[in-house]
Amino acid sequence: MSNLNCDELVELVTEYLDGALDDEAERRVADHLAGCDGCTTYVDQIRQTITTLGSVSPAGDELSAEVSDALRAALRDRPD
Amino acid sequence: MTGERPEVPSDAELVARLRDRDEAAFALVLDAWSGGMARVARSVVSTHASADEVVQDTWLAVIQGIGAFEARSSLKTWVYRILVNTAKRRAMREGRQVSWSLVPGEDDTPTVDRRRFGGPDDPFPGHWLTFPAPWPSPEQRAVSAEIQVRVEAALAGLPERQRVVITLRDVEGYSSDEVCSILQISPANQRVLLHRARAFVRGKLEEYFAAAAADVGTEVRR
Repeated sequence: MSNLNCDELVELVTEYLDGALDDEAERRVADHLAGCDGCTTYVDQIRQTITTLGSVSPAGDELSAEVSDALRAALRDRPD
Repeated sequence: MTGERPEVPSDAELVARLRDRDEAAFALVLDAWSGGMARVARSVVSTHASADEVVQDTWLAVIQGIGAFEARSSLKTWVYRILVNTAKRRAMREGRQVSWSLVPGEDDTPTVDRRRFGGPDDPFPGHWLTFPAPWPSPEQRAVSAEIQVRVEAALAGLPERQRVVITLRDVEGYSSDEVCSILQISPANQRVLLHRARAFVRGKLEEYFAAAAADVGTEVRR
């Protein structure tokens, strides 16, 4: 039932955000965050990191017209 | 979100239409999914050209296999599983080893530099010596294009398995279950890889914001 240290909390963030911690561990994380600005900032920055990753443009490499046509031809010729 | 694409139909409808060789339905998924697939492929193979071929080969395999698709996962998950397996085979041919099991120490070495926390002799062992500096809010940030470049560079700097997992989870937005199903790894492995990858990318953003803050000095926001 000991309190979490900051260096322990930072290793639990991913499980915490995934809702994968057991009730006891989740409560300890929540209790720690309630009293620790440093870890609150850290968790918020992990959230911002996730948001930023989600806004990375979807690659740019669209299929070329030739490839797209070839694939559609392959679908047309698909054997049963 | 900009440039909304036309809605992709339900799996049941899509599968039926693909089996019927419906090119319009096929064109919809080609458009909607190929970009993301290329990104995931690129996280495994070495070049853009290889990644594009992996995407192409994947679609050919989808055409071949759609008759046998049993809907035990979503269609997209199934397509991505074919994609990842195709990419892994390709990477092996290119002489790159892609192992999906954890390497020793991967699940227990710290993701944040221990020197940022108090040691045993400090007044608060295990606690931040200095809190992480807050980041500028999205409205205050200079150019988001610059941040994109940093994030891309951070992703490129990750070990392959971590890059694939964070790309699927955070760039492509798949759930933990879906990523496990696509990569055929355990939830615990998936989480360890994601955890390390996120901590790494956060660290790179932290470096960037710290350098940008030091740079700004006299520059006033326009």
